[in-house]
Parts: sequence; C-alpha cells; structure tokens
Amino acid sequence: MTDTLSKATAPEGDLAAYPMPRAQGCPFDPPTELGRRRAEEPISRVRIWDGSTPWLVTGYEHQRAVLADPRFSANPDHPGYPYTTASVKARRQGNPTFITMDNPEHDRYRRMFTRDFMIKRVEALRLHIQSIVDGLIDDMVAQGPTADLVQALALPVPSLVICELLGVPYADHEFFQQRTRLMIARDTDPGASVTATRELAEYLTELIRRKEADPTDDLLGRLVLDQVRPGNISLEQAANAALLLLVAGHETTANMIALGTLALLRNPDQLALVRDTEDSKVIANAVEEMLRYLTIVHNGRRRVALEDAEIGGQLIRAGEGVILTNDSGNRDPGAFPGDPDQLDVLREARHHVAFGYGIHQCLGQPLARVELQVVYGTLYRRLPKLALAVPFDDVRFKDDMLVYGVHALPVTW
Amino acid sequence: MKVLIDQDRCVGSGQCVLAAPTVFDQRDEDGIVVLITDTPSAEAFDGTREAARICPALAIEVDES
Repeated sequence: MTDTLSKATAPEGDLAAYPMPRAQGCPFDPPTELGRRRAEEPISRVRIWDGSTPWLVTGYEHQRAVLADPRFSANPDHPGYPYTTASVKARRQGNPTFITMDNPEHDRYRRMFTRDFMIKRVEALRLHIQSIVDGLIDDMVAQGPTADLVQALALPVPSLVICELLGVPYADHEFFQQRTRLMIARDTDPGASVTATRELAEYLTELIRRKEADPTDDLLGRLVLDQVRPGNISLEQAANAALLLLVAGHETTANMIALGTLALLRNPDQLALVRDTEDSKVIANAVEEMLRYLTIVHNGRRRVALEDAEIGGQLIRAGEGVILTNDSGNRDPGAFPGDPDQLDVLREARHHVAFGYGIHQCLGQPLARVELQVVYGTLYRRLPKLALAVPFDDVRFKDDMLVYGVHALPVTW
Repeated sequence: MKVLIDQDRCVGSGQCVLAAPTVFDQRDEDGIVVLITDTPSAEAFDGTREAARICPALAIEVDES
C-alpha cells in the first residue's frame, strides 16, 4: 500500500521523459524501460515534450481496451490530448480527416475511402505490384554492384503504388517525399512543418481541382464525382484526406521494406525461411511477424479520456492524456508466448497491434500487406547473396523520425 | 457455430476476410463486411474465431452455445 501511495504522490518532477531512447546496440527492440513498465507498472505516467504528464499504457490487452473504447478520443481539440511533438501540434488546422475524428463522424468519412482498400480490390493489384517490384530490382541490378535499398526499392514501390491508386503523378515524388520527411521528423521546426504541410495540401487541392474539371478513373477522381460534387465533403477536406493517404501510403511501407530487410539480414536463419519457401502462406505469416517485431509507429498512439474510465484497475480521469506504446504491446509475452523479443517468422502473430486497433486501425493495411508480401517474397530469392555493404554500426536508424526505419541501407548482392 | 455481424460498427479493415475467407466478404461499394454464411463449416471455426478476436471494430460475434 505504501508503494502504491508513494507512486501516486511522487513529485511529478521525477517522471521519466517519453519517448525514451532505445538501448545501445538493440536497434530492433523498443526501449528497455517500456518492457520494465509493462511488467511492473503497466499504466503509469510519463512526462512529454510540453511538460504534460499523460498515462503510458504499455501492455497488449490494456492497449486494445483503450483503443476500442469510445470514452477515449482521438480528437486533439479536446484539452489534455498528448500531442506527439510541437510540429504535429503546430500543423493541426481546420478541415480534419477521419484519423482525428470520433464516431459517428469518423465512420461516415472513413467509408468514403474504404472501397479502394478492400481485400479483393487490393488482391487485384498484386500482379501489377509484382511487375513494379521486378522492374525496380532489374534496374538496381543493372546499375550495381551496390545500391541504397531505400532509394532503389523501399521508397519507390509504395510511392508508385499509392500514386497510381490515388491518381497523383509519380513524377512529383521528390516534391511529396521531401515534404513528408519534414512532416515526420521529430525535430522539424514547427514553422517548417506547417509550411511543408501547407505546400502539400495546396498541391493536392490543385490536383483535385483539375480532376473536377476533367475526372479521372482513380481514387481521387472518384472522390470528386461521388463525394465532393454532391457536397458530402469539401474540397479542402478532400485535399487533407488525400494528403493523409499519400503520406501514410508510402512512408510506412517503405520503412517496413528497408528495416525488415536489415532485420532478416541480421537473422540469417529467419531470412532462409523466407527466401527458401514456395508457400505464399509462409510469406504472408512472415509479414505479420515482421510487422509485430518491428512496429515502426514507435512513438505511441495518442488519445484523451472524455470521461473517467478505469483500465486495468487504474482510474484515468476525464481530460487526461493516454499514450499507447504498440511497440511494447507487440512484445507482450501475455499475447505472444515464447520469446516475443525474438524474430520468429513462423510465429502466429496476426493479432498484433502494429496497425493500431479500434476504429482507427490502418485503412491501408490490406495494401501494405500485399506490397510487403510481394517484396519479401521476391527480393531475397532474386538476390540470394544480398548483404549489407557497410558495417552494421554505420547504419543510421530513424530515432529522429515519427516512423522508425533506416535512413539508408547500402547493400550488395 | 453461429456468426453475427454489425455492419454499423465495421470499419472495413478486411481482417475477417483474411482470417476466414469462406465466411466473410466485403460489400463491393464500400468494403463493409457481409456474411457468406452465418453457420461456418467445422474447418472454418478457427478462422472465424480469429476474425472475431482481431476485428478492430468489435463488429463480429461468435455464438458457440
């Protein structure tokens, strides 16, 4: 009892800062402190960049409970919402997208976009995605003997696919990739983040205007016909949704491709299992395990309590912020028996929370899965001698970005 | 086994279709869940239970009473 009391009344000045650094030499593992908290104080406070002290929820079941509970809001306009960085806060503006809406608004807006990401429509893209991947590997090999896998394959694959799906010219990829980098860098000056976001929104607004005049058969073209023209959604809302889909559609999968490849190169027995299989189910299972093991959204999902709610015996009061660390949830031995810190591509891991959980779980997950299945199922078979072209210690990890990965991955084959 | 779905809750994540493709499908116009059958055959029991467990919107209920 005294323990509980002393924790509850500990001076807030003693609170650990979040996010905390990863342990030296363990770039694939969440910070050690998250694992300690998950075992010892699974719902406990931290201090974040603005001095506020939200709750950190570190275990798998508690995270699912909060993310599925409508008493916890994803809308940053509610006081107490724990913004990720000053830049993320600064670029918050009008015309929100479904990612920051609660129900019933959320479902109404999300459903304007679900059609293009349903399983059968994404499956129909598989052969085309395969030809994109084959072509990029051909180009990389032709230009060898070394390459940066990020620039040669990891970024182009999802960028090409999301551009075609949305109807955004891929020729503009340097423009949107550069602004995306500014948006997701943790230390971007808030002013630069606002400018990058505005430039991207203006670019997409102009693109959608052109589609209004001359409709195209792609997601944004159909959005104009089905939703903008009837007045279900404003042009500005459509542009902000396009921005969300474009950014989330390329940066996340790109990091899974490059970081996943590095993780497999560091675990040769696991790489062999992926490389040597003829079974698409083994590849699909490996993708789920890689999503779990790497959990690239590594700065926590954010919510704020709208009313008092008890989670795992802990009272969270209305107006208090909550951070769900899905990276530690995905290493929870209660949900992933055996050694969850071990990459095991044969593990049953489909229940991971790498895409989040609750109504906001990733819209594009079927597309991400097919892209990763095609890349993992092709790259290592085509290049069985694939290897890192620099010492492992020279690889720069994206501790400075909101989405984890590697800044570059020099490889040889 | 009897399967119940709540289309109002569904967010179109597609998880159920991947877990139990003989039981769940998605509506062509908006990707919302539809049932192929509400009484799965025995070989689809595990996939159906998994679909209910991983559905992010809690839109699937499995009655095994």
